[in-house]
Amino acid sequence: MSELSERLAPVSEIREKKALPVRPDPETAPRPDLREELFELEARGELIVQRVPEPYVEVTTKFGRVKKVPVDHLWHHKSCGQCGHIPGYTTSILWLNRQFGIDYHDPTDQTSCTGWNYYASATSNAAAQILVMCRNFAAAYETGYYPLIHCGTSYGHYKELREQLVHHADLRDQVRRVLDKLGKPLVVPEEIVHYSEWVHVMRHRVAERQVVDMSNVTACVHPACHYYKIVAEDAIYDPDIYGGQRTATVTALLQALGINVADYSTWFDCCGFGFRHILVQRDFTRSFAVLRKIEVMRDEVNPDMTVTHDTGCVTTLDKSQFAAKAHKRRVGVPVLADSQVAALAMGAHPFRVLQLHWHSTDWRPLLEKLGIDWERHWQEFEEDLAAIERGEKPGLTWEDAERPAIAR
Amino acid sequence: MSATWSPAKAGRTYAEVPEEEKRRLFEEVVADPRYEDFLYGCYECGICVSVCPSARFYDFSPRVIAQALSREDVDRFYEILMEDIWNCAQCFSCVRCPRGNNPGGLVTLIREVAVRHGLEQAQEALQGYSRVIYKIMLKGNQVSPDMLQPDFFPDWGPWVREFSQHMHTWRKAIPVDTLRSVTDAAWRTDDRTLRELYTIWFETGNMEIIREVDEGLYELLVEIMEEELEARA
Repeated sequence: MSELSERLAPVSEIREKKALPVRPDPETAPRPDLREELFELEARGELIVQRVPEPYVEVTTKFGRVKKVPVDHLWHHKSCGQCGHIPGYTTSILWLNRQFGIDYHDPTDQTSCTGWNYYASATSNAAAQILVMCRNFAAAYETGYYPLIHCGTSYGHYKELREQLVHHADLRDQVRRVLDKLGKPLVVPEEIVHYSEWVHVMRHRVAERQVVDMSNVTACVHPACHYYKIVAEDAIYDPDIYGGQRTATVTALLQALGINVADYSTWFDCCGFGFRHILVQRDFTRSFAVLRKIEVMRDEVNPDMTVTHDTGCVTTLDKSQFAAKAHKRRVGVPVLADSQVAALAMGAHPFRVLQLHWHSTDWRPLLEKLGIDWERHWQEFEEDLAAIERGEKPGLTWEDAERPAIAR
Repeated sequence: MSATWSPAKAGRTYAEVPEEEKRRLFEEVVADPRYEDFLYGCYECGICVSVCPSARFYDFSPRVIAQALSREDVDRFYEILMEDIWNCAQCFSCVRCPRGNNPGGLVTLIREVAVRHGLEQAQEALQGYSRVIYKIMLKGNQVSPDMLQPDFFPDWGPWVREFSQHMHTWRKAIPVDTLRSVTDAAWRTDDRTLRELYTIWFETGNMEIIREVDEGLYELLVEIMEEELEARA
């Protein structure tokens, strides 16, 4: 008998478990809640649980657990892929915060989660990954603000690392020793919250201030894998959206804005990002993004745009279309993040805020369909660029970008 | 792309590699504390394969990985280690498994072993990737605007060339304080924050992992990081 077989549960134990009554009633079924274990560890003095600040909105997750999504006092855990390559994504999130008068902190004491590298190359290990997470959480805790995770991969990665931290005492010891060296406490937030969840709970307030009519637009939604697959718990599900069988984030926002959300058969497929592939083996990424996502959307519902809520998905679905077009594939669907759609609905400037000039697939037909004079806005932005190049201003500020540029 | 796999091939591809060597690497994967959370057996239902993006374009099967590990089939495990793991897209669609398996997580564990041992296949899979490792280890960011170069992303269209011509101005035209004008990282990060990151890399043995992948890069990174940490001391 091998060492592995020796560790398997004995038959008597399996029979004992099978003897337990099956509980098919969802109301009485157990609902996994890692917070209970976190609070136990806190009671034992092992770590600090940072509580969700008020005000917060309660939402339901996949298995019915009630999750608190904070509305205010947010520490923006930025995404390296968003800030580096699609900065209108981040700008739109912060613009929305500012429009609603949210008290927030945009930290310089933050690194990325480094998860993209881990999933691409495995040139790290569990302890290092947990420590990067905990260092960021401690930095947020020190400011008194609550972490809002911008990246879907950071969100999923952190949820998985949190489980490993809770379930492996030896990892906790190792993490605590290094944090002691850094002079930082071991802090885990009560809830790990993705920015799209904040957008989700704010959707009706966004709709109240909507100035761009979007009712003539059809959109497909790509739910981000690392948002709801890595750790299925904690993602928002709503019985009113897809009967509670798919995550409600993004779709609920678009519906609140009056957009026609059209379904397509490959909604569960990933975008093709691949982490390593997008950087050094993009033949796979391009093929998957075009053949399994964009062309299927085009053939089945022909949307005006695709909306998603993660760094890699926007990058992949947007950037993969150029080469496919050269091969006469059926592409040409602009790709936006939900934060950009929400900001645009509230009249944000397409270039000062949404920064659409960083996107590759042609967004002009979408803006034209929405009745937005993109040429006028581009001219305004070009004047900004010229002023910067002439040295008349060091750069754009919120003063330049804050005011909605589009009127009802 | 991996070599075509078929049941007839299983276990014969690397017949020259001693059984003990295969088992030693296999046991390293099993010894990872996360292993027990990632594998509970396999129904052979194929749900993981049906949703796997890599299975559509490569000879890759998350089911075969779960099966081989469950059965302690070290010959097949070795083939997976050498040929399959770098095809995984790490999307984790496969965790739809009714048995609660996490084949994507198993791939991560096997990749870690491949990297720790500096296997040629790992180095091959990560060719062209060193500049990303340089960025993530030093800046704490995976990507930055200055990495968007036409030679590296020709398939992203003329947009990349236009961007690279205007990068500095475009970055200045972002109203977010932490992003504005920053081109060598995704955002402005405190020096103290980066020193804390370097401490984490050293304390967890992460730098030794980098050495296995690229010794030259490792030496360069260590020199820069140690200089920074000594300056603080």
